[in-house]
Amino acid sequence: MNKLLLIIRREYLTRVTRRSFILATLLTPLAFAVFFIVVGFIFSYESDDEMVVAVIDEGGILAEKRQMKDEKRLFFKQVPYSLDSARVAVKRKEFVGILQIPPLQDVMDRNQTIYYYAEEQLPLDIQFQIQEKVSRLIRDYKIEQLAFDKERLEALETRVVLEPEPLEEDGEDASQLTGAISAAIGGIMGFTMYLTIFIYGMMIMRSVMEEKTNRIVEVMISSVKPFQLMLGKIIGVGGVGLTQVAVWAILIPLISFLVNLFFGFNSSIPELDADARIDPEDMEMLMALAYTEIANINWWVILPLFIFYFLGGYFLYSSLFAAVGSAMGDDLGEGQSLTIPITIPVILAVYIMMKAIQAPNSSLAVFSSIFPLFAPIVMPARLAFNPPLWEILLSVLVVGLTSVFFVWLSGRIYRVGILMYGKKVTFKELFKWMLSRG
Amino acid sequence: MIVLNLEEVVKAYEKHLAVDSVSFEVPEGSIFGLLGPNGAGKTTLIRIITTIIRADSGRIFFKGDLLNHKHPSRIGYMPEERGLYKKMKVGDHLIYLARLKGLSKSQAKESIDYWLEKFEITDWWSKKVNELSKGMQQKIQFISTVVHEPELLILDEPFSGLDPINTNLIKSEIRKLQEKGTSIIFSTHRMEQVEEICEHIVLINKGQNVLEGRVSDIKNTYKQNIFQLEFDGRIPESVETDLSIIEKAPNRIRIQLEEGQDSNVLLNQFLNEGVKILSFNEIFPSLNEIFIRQVES
Repeated sequence: MNKLLLIIRREYLTRVTRRSFILATLLTPLAFAVFFIVVGFIFSYESDDEMVVAVIDEGGILAEKRQMKDEKRLFFKQVPYSLDSARVAVKRKEFVGILQIPPLQDVMDRNQTIYYYAEEQLPLDIQFQIQEKVSRLIRDYKIEQLAFDKERLEALETRVVLEPEPLEEDGEDASQLTGAISAAIGGIMGFTMYLTIFIYGMMIMRSVMEEKTNRIVEVMISSVKPFQLMLGKIIGVGGVGLTQVAVWAILIPLISFLVNLFFGFNSSIPELDADARIDPEDMEMLMALAYTEIANINWWVILPLFIFYFLGGYFLYSSLFAAVGSAMGDDLGEGQSLTIPITIPVILAVYIMMKAIQAPNSSLAVFSSIFPLFAPIVMPARLAFNPPLWEILLSVLVVGLTSVFFVWLSGRIYRVGILMYGKKVTFKELFKWMLSRG
Repeated sequence: MIVLNLEEVVKAYEKHLAVDSVSFEVPEGSIFGLLGPNGAGKTTLIRIITTIIRADSGRIFFKGDLLNHKHPSRIGYMPEERGLYKKMKVGDHLIYLARLKGLSKSQAKESIDYWLEKFEITDWWSKKVNELSKGMQQKIQFISTVVHEPELLILDEPFSGLDPINTNLIKSEIRKLQEKGTSIIFSTHRMEQVEEICEHIVLINKGQNVLEGRVSDIKNTYKQNIFQLEFDGRIPESVETDLSIIEKAPNRIRIQLEEGQDSNVLLNQFLNEGVKILSFNEIFPSLNEIFIRQVES
């Protein structure tokens, strides 16, 4: 078997069979599931106590057709008492509190204060709910007082949807959701890139350092070329990364699906603004639209490109991490400063990526898709927005060539670095190593 | 036959000349000592021979062929800075290193079994490296160096960190390998070990070859005509006055003869005086003395 393959195989197998790897790979989706369950519980949490609120309507705002609507555990009961006798009733625990709605001073008043008397504060969400309810009641009351036609009034409210259309008739049509869905897909891809580069780049750096401090490295390079050792490690660890991402890509949706199936949370935050509520029919239509949008995205182009950027970005950065690892001594802290020039572009790229999914054709986004250190993170995020072909081709070319060049360059640093002991390395020296002969 | 031939090898680092035009030959089947104080350039030379680094100039021949990337698989190298993957199992580790030297899986296994049995450590196969003591790890390291039956074995300070028992074990294995025809380069700054094991040496100091040859020839060259006489009783003073005595003990004296003076004449002189002789022999300088003399001059 080829030596490179042997190295890749070892680097891959030793990691994949490690108990910590198996646990992390399987437990992370579970941790996600637990997280979702907990979040779901938190959001769907409702106090078990049933609350009955006494309502004193002093101005006759409530009427037979205008009542405070009860909620699941929150009930309203209009009482004819005065405030004082209602207080007694609260003390007797008949009610949790008293809602006092004073009469409107003037129909044209745009402000109204209502009062709530109780021993315990109202939860914030219930407070909002009550405000909302009373506000609608007053609105209806005003309509009645002003003798308006309710249906005509409602006709004033118009929901506007902007539908993007291509300029040419035969151009590709985009729906109202295209932008949002492309942004979501872009964001997911960009962040996946970012996490992969960091987690596995660091893994490679540590592994190179370990080989150096273990003193195994000279034994190894008496059998194989340093470049083979470095490349084998990068590919092997990359395989580990792909394995982990693949397992997660299958397990996380599966587990979230199962969680939803068994717990069925309505994890959406209780809507505060009733006007924002989309009625279920609209919602269904939107979901259907979203599915067609996702199906419409050119996956056959995006997925291979994503894999290309994934590999390109991974090789580009992980080889740099390998080079830095080879230059480090036994002291992790001392070498930390060497990683800064690698981590800064990655972090910058993430910020640019977040901007790029808002404005995918801005000059910042276009420039960053061609700049090799940013492109692997920024370009995948833009792919769903159908960037011009020349940008994709140029970006692919630049990333491809740069990653090959960086692997080569890092190889030159690596072969010198792994044999250097007990010396604090500066950037100047790293640069010299690049240029030095074997 | 010559297994390795270096011709004017030069390697310069940024600030110093690590190897300064070094030439020497390693006879096939010999145990060859590569000696020198710390920092003399031994490790750099070895790294050049094992193709880890490239020489700036000069030529190296392995069995007559210009050294190339195919040769490392015929060389076994145990560096001074050595180690193993701590979390790997001993068996897997040895197979891995053997296969990197070009052995097939079955060949590797066969050879590893042979060595583990030889060292009576077959039950270590599925132990992890970090479960072994330092000395045990050294044994594994040695096995990994010889597992592919190299034609040339290069050992850099092989006994450092070994207890006397394991030192002897490895020493006897080195000799057995030599008997089988393996050429061995043994690099060290510990002279007493060299004297015991090596037939040929080269002495490197400050990157230069200062001394080279058979150990016995070198000792002959550097001998100072010193003879030691052990006797019973006394030596008449009349005899003593004529001699340049450099060391005197109750029953032993060391005498330095002048160039061209015959030791037999001296011996006769004592016999004629009726001295009861227990032993009479020439004192050769130890390699350590020669080493220090060379390095200091």
